Amino acid sequence: MDHESNKSRRDFLKNCIAGGVILGASGKLRLLEAAEHTSLSAKSRVAIARDAMLRGSGSAVDSGRMLNLLDRAMQTLFELDHPVEPWKKLVRPGERVGIKVNALGGRGLSSNLQLVEAICERLQEAGIKAGDIVIWDRDTAELEHSGFHVSTAEGRTQCFGTDRVGYEDELATYGSVGSRLSKILTQRCDAIVNVPVLKDHDGAGVTIALKNMYGVIHNPNKYHPNGCNPYIADLNMLPAIRSKVRLTICDATTACYEGGPGFKPQYSWKENALIVSQDPVALDYSGWRIIESKRAEKKMKSFEAERRTPRYIATAADAQHRLGTNDPQRIALVEV
Amino acid sequence: MARQTDVDGNAERDPKLRAVSALAPALDRRAFLKCAAMAGATAGATYGLARLVLPLSALPLPAQPTQDDAQFTVEAKFYEKLPNRKIKCKLCPRECTVGDRERGYCGVRENHGGTYYSLVHSRVCAAHVDPIEKKPLFHYLPGTLAFSIATAGCNVNCKFCQNWDISQVRPEQVPAQYAPPKMVAELANQNHCPTIAYTYSEPVIFSEYVMDAADAGHDAGIRSVVVSNGYIQNEALKTAYGKMDAVKIDLKAFTESYYRDVITGELKPVLESLVALQKMGKWTEIVYLVVPTLNDSEAEFKGLARWVKTNLGADVPVHFTQFHPEYLLKNLPITPVPTLERAKAIADAEGLHYVYIGNVPGHPAQNTYCPKCRRMLVERVGFTASQMLIRKGACPFCNQAIPGIWHA
Repeated sequence: MDHESNKSRRDFLKNCIAGGVILGASGKLRLLEAAEHTSLSAKSRVAIARDAMLRGSGSAVDSGRMLNLLDRAMQTLFELDHPVEPWKKLVRPGERVGIKVNALGGRGLSSNLQLVEAICERLQEAGIKAGDIVIWDRDTAELEHSGFHVSTAEGRTQCFGTDRVGYEDELATYGSVGSRLSKILTQRCDAIVNVPVLKDHDGAGVTIALKNMYGVIHNPNKYHPNGCNPYIADLNMLPAIRSKVRLTICDATTACYEGGPGFKPQYSWKENALIVSQDPVALDYSGWRIIESKRAEKKMKSFEAERRTPRYIATAADAQHRLGTNDPQRIALVEV
Repeated sequence: MARQTDVDGNAERDPKLRAVSALAPALDRRAFLKCAAMAGATAGATYGLARLVLPLSALPLPAQPTQDDAQFTVEAKFYEKLPNRKIKCKLCPRECTVGDRERGYCGVRENHGGTYYSLVHSRVCAAHVDPIEKKPLFHYLPGTLAFSIATAGCNVNCKFCQNWDISQVRPEQVPAQYAPPKMVAELANQNHCPTIAYTYSEPVIFSEYVMDAADAGHDAGIRSVVVSNGYIQNEALKTAYGKMDAVKIDLKAFTESYYRDVITGELKPVLESLVALQKMGKWTEIVYLVVPTLNDSEAEFKGLARWVKTNLGADVPVHFTQFHPEYLLKNLPITPVPTLERAKAIADAEGLHYVYIGNVPGHPAQNTYCPKCRRMLVERVGFTASQMLIRKGACPFCNQAIPGIWHA
């Protein structure tokens, strides 16, 4: 029995009365403060970190500046001073961590290599062994095409596609979705860091955090009708996905506002930013607004005018899914 | 290799049946002797082949240690190019707009730089030697064998699909072998199959291969039949299925809501395909998989039968088949036989001449009866015809013409 449970009934009542006196004495102000604090803490935090000099004077991303950008994003999100501390809140030594990248867009529009390296560095500093980190997407050839070095050597950071290990035989189902999950997700990872790219998508409107999970199933082509709705939300409800994805780091170093998800240089721009959140819905909502702004800047029609508003975001936030919030009043967007 | 079935729910459920189907005598003497000789030659001493199942690995294909995607890739025939390297697929009514490096709904067609490619030409992931009755085609060369092939992929996603492990996957996710059209024709010939059947998954999505294999088959004196959902655009239907000698269409329900919710497709284009096939003069049979509580109402049976009679005629065979729980519909029971019998009774009452019950071994409604004198003309046991009395396309008892393709 601990000390607290040893308290007598008289002590308990005494404490309650004392608490009441304090509340009464401090008046309305403290109650409001408490309410505000609760309200603030209930918001989903989304941190956007930018670095206009991310590429220095060239076109390639500078590794040092990328690490710094990642640190600023993570420390802002978690409100911590030390760059490794946020990672220690996310993962524990001994865990196997998957970095789910997006390699569909080739070298022009896939998850940035320097970003993934920076994530690996911080994960290892947080106690994750290199051999317990796997960088992955659907297809090994696509990873290579995007510049990733495929590796399966023991003790080193792993990098390969699901095609190397296959999909589970059993279907995972929720709502409109029935899919076989990548064995990398189910058998090789305790935690997932989702690293999508900020992109326009001709079907869904945008493809950011939630849609990046199309890369963990065997039949993504079946889930593109109706603006990918409700498929994206349903897919992210699968327990193996929902329970393992702990963080999304959206790569907005190079983003795409039209013609996605493939790379089209004429519709890409260098935002030189990272968007991080533990709420994938809030992140997708925030990313959508960024793309929408860019489209307006480029005098292009809005998604609504093109009849491809990313409706899946609202579905993911609805009462049936509750994957996060799309209410701007409940999103704490912090830009650094 | 996983078991493959030709239609929704028409599984090979009992290995004994398969043995029976291979060994049972047909009473049409010529057909029986021919079939027996074929079965004997084909089966040889191996019980496995006597079961009429030829695993892909057993096919006499050259050793292929690695698959080269390039050998399976041909430019798609039915699509139009759009700005920004996008394409619009014109193969099925879905009309997928596909961006560069993306695939259509079927998962087997990919856009590369604004050109659309089929990834499954000659990419055979399932091959079996089946009785033609297993398709089921009951009015087409009864008692004969069909060299049956499939590639991965499908343009719908039926929640009850029995072959989802090949139909709902991408081609690279399932083992396959290179089987170019001429090889298919040769294999059909070697296995004493007068027919090549495109089946198991959805031939719509490998239509380029279907066309080329049909041409190669015809050059070698081998016919072609297709087992399809009929969810295909009219031009593609005419071009691809125009090369077929017979067609079986899965009419999965008679309501748009079922097609939307259970199939992820549409009813109207399928009905249009059936009418188009009728106008093309293709021998066509219809299968209706009866799924408890979802498409088994009297109104649907009646509506279906009336539509068939009005638009296709009373002589088109309709098979009501039994559903077995699979894939995403494991929560429903097997279709009760009385439900199937009710469906048949309704269709009979509406005036259809050839209404069958499928997937219920030994049921008398598997047999063909003369619509005039009611005598049995074709007796079926399991998946084969054990008695075949039709002579020159007519009932030997009353001389009533019996529509179909009865003799090679």
